[in-house]
Amino acid sequence: MKVLVPIKRVIDYNVKVRVKADGTGVETANVKMSMNPFDEIAVEEAVRLKEAGVATEVVVVSCGVAACQETLRTALAIGADRALLVETDAELQPLAVAKLLKAIVAKEGPQIALLGKQAIDDDANQTGQMLAALLGWPQATFASKVKIADGKAEVTREVDGGLETVATKLPVVITVDLRLNEPRYVTLPNIMKAKKKPLETLKPDALGVDVAPRLATLKVAEPPKRKGGVKVPDAAALVDKLRNEAKVI
Amino acid sequence: MADAVYTTPEHAQLRDTVARFLAEEVEPHGAAWEAQGFVPRAVIRALGRLGLLGITYPPEYGGAGADALTAVVFQEALARSTFGGFVITVLVHTDMASPHLAHAGSRPQLDRYLRRVIAGELVTAVAVTEPDAGSDVASIRTRARRDGDGWVLDGAKMFITNGVHGDLYFVAARTDAESRGARGISMFVVEKGTPGLRVGRALDKQGWRSSDTAELVFESCRIPAANLLGEENRGFYAIMRNFQTERIALAAMAVGHCQTALALTLDWVANRRAFGATLFDKQAIRQRLALLDAKVQAARAFLYHCAWLVTQERECVREVSALKALTGELANEVLYACQQFHGGMGYMRESAIERLVRDARVLAIGGGATEVMLEEVAKRLRT
Ligand SMILES: Cc1cc2nc3c(=O)[nH]c(=O)nc-3n(C[C@H](O)[C@H](O)[C@H](O)COP(=O)(O)OP(=O)(O)OC[C@H]3O[C@@H](n4cnc5c(N)ncnc54)[C@H](O)[C@@H]3O)c2cc1C
Repeated sequence: MKVLVPIKRVIDYNVKVRVKADGTGVETANVKMSMNPFDEIAVEEAVRLKEAGVATEVVVVSCGVAACQETLRTALAIGADRALLVETDAELQPLAVAKLLKAIVAKEGPQIALLGKQAIDDDANQTGQMLAALLGWPQATFASKVKIADGKAEVTREVDGGLETVATKLPVVITVDLRLNEPRYVTLPNIMKAKKKPLETLKPDALGVDVAPRLATLKVAEPPKRKGGVKVPDAAALVDKLRNEAKVI
Repeated sequence: MADAVYTTPEHAQLRDTVARFLAEEVEPHGAAWEAQGFVPRAVIRALGRLGLLGITYPPEYGGAGADALTAVVFQEALARSTFGGFVITVLVHTDMASPHLAHAGSRPQLDRYLRRVIAGELVTAVAVTEPDAGSDVASIRTRARRDGDGWVLDGAKMFITNGVHGDLYFVAARTDAESRGARGISMFVVEKGTPGLRVGRALDKQGWRSSDTAELVFESCRIPAANLLGEENRGFYAIMRNFQTERIALAAMAVGHCQTALALTLDWVANRRAFGATLFDKQAIRQRLALLDAKVQAARAFLYHCAWLVTQERECVREVSALKALTGELANEVLYACQQFHGGMGYMRESAIERLVRDARVLAIGGGATEVMLEEVAKRLRT
């Protein structure tokens, strides 16, 4: 059974993101980029499925600029077998990515598409759901536990107020949450081995997908600066301020 | 800081792995190691499991078979830690002591030790310096006398990093009593627990406090003939060769510490306010930091250039000596200024910058003091 793990290259979570002076987006020049942390968890889970003998091959795919190859190499160093890059300099929105992934699924024939629940750059939380809809596959989102057996997936999801367990048939789209696993360290020998693993590059045209954006970004602005806090003498003063100044209770 | 032309995507991955290790396994625990005076062996073994203790060593022994540039990436990344004592514990093992084995070891010696050295199961130390011989290596007096099927060592060694808790010592001793100076010195492997080897004392240092440093005493210490490392009477030349590796590692350490110190200081001055603005708003401060950053970037480029020369197998004693002198001094210049801009907090034991100031001092002394390095450069300036 093949597992497909789509991964996204994003600004590293340690970087303090800055808005470009002209308000068209955020500054990415000379900024450290990394794999979206949720995707790293998805890769880890896929590799564990392979190590447990459930999956036979883990294929990672990224859509974006040529530099995404570096991110794919990291996934290969974690333990993925093979990588695909759908290379384009175009701005990619979740729907375009979901369409590209649908084409990749048709080409590769995986039983599971394992994605991060969202990317930490745009926080859209859409790609996995859109992919499931386009494919007509069941979806299990926000997974904190994944069990695959007898052609079925049993996925524990984090929902408001607790945990929910859903069972689906395969093939399935699963998106993963933070607490699913802790990704392993990438070891130096595996970094060296990853260099030799296959990485294939495709173009959106070859997949017959139109990636043109459907949404236009009007303006990107910094959040308002946080103002300094005040100290209150006791709980009563706090309640008073919350009620009469902030008007939140 | 932009990458050097020599660095590859794999280098970036290696940096990420090391950075994560520091954040999770080192920085939260370093203060306890400083207090106890050594780094727990489990931490060294964890680095071994990540394949980080044998970067340039052969894969058949568990090494990564990578080049000197990859080693520098590792050293520099490790030295982004705020605990110099931790960094030197590792780098003495990987780049100052174990190269003696990897470069000169016979097949049986490699088979016996190298795999466990790379796994971090055997922590190594190198013992050259003596109470009366430091910079002037050729004047060492520890003696090794041939006796039947073995050697007998007598003498004392000083300032030996990993000396208290190490498992394997590479020891320089005089094997030809007749000769003086550079000729007649040989290297030996001595295992921990060999009768006649003892730790005279654990030394109390200004900095590098999580690194154990020993005075070692050899009293009729008998080791098998097979423990001679490399050629008899040619040990001085092996030491000089390994000094190149060692000095690049120390330079990488200096450059790593400088970058960490500047980052800590930029953070501090961006938030600390005085006279109606942040300290960063004061041109006197930010221009000093800008110039220091320029110097560190220049030193870093030189560091990678030296490592590249090594990968090309070029003669580079002049360059590496210059690099060691430059970076040892630069680390002190940078740390002095960074401490200054931290104000009183920079003088407090609770601040990382205070520790780095103490840790930086020895970078101009150990592994080739600045003056001695400059002599090596000067001798080669007029050829
Ligand atoms: C914390 C620490 C860890 C160490 N770890 C190890 C280790 O693991 N293994 C090991 O073998 N050694 C180790 N050393 C020893 C270190 O390499 C020596 O201290 C160093 O080489 C200097 O030697 P020295 O201390 O004898 O100083 P000296 O040689 O006495 O030098 C004193 C001063 O004189 C200067 N000087 C010397 N010669 C000249 C000259 N020709 N012209 C001008 N100035 C000169 C020096 O630059 C220095 O400033 C360690 C030292 C320290 C402090």
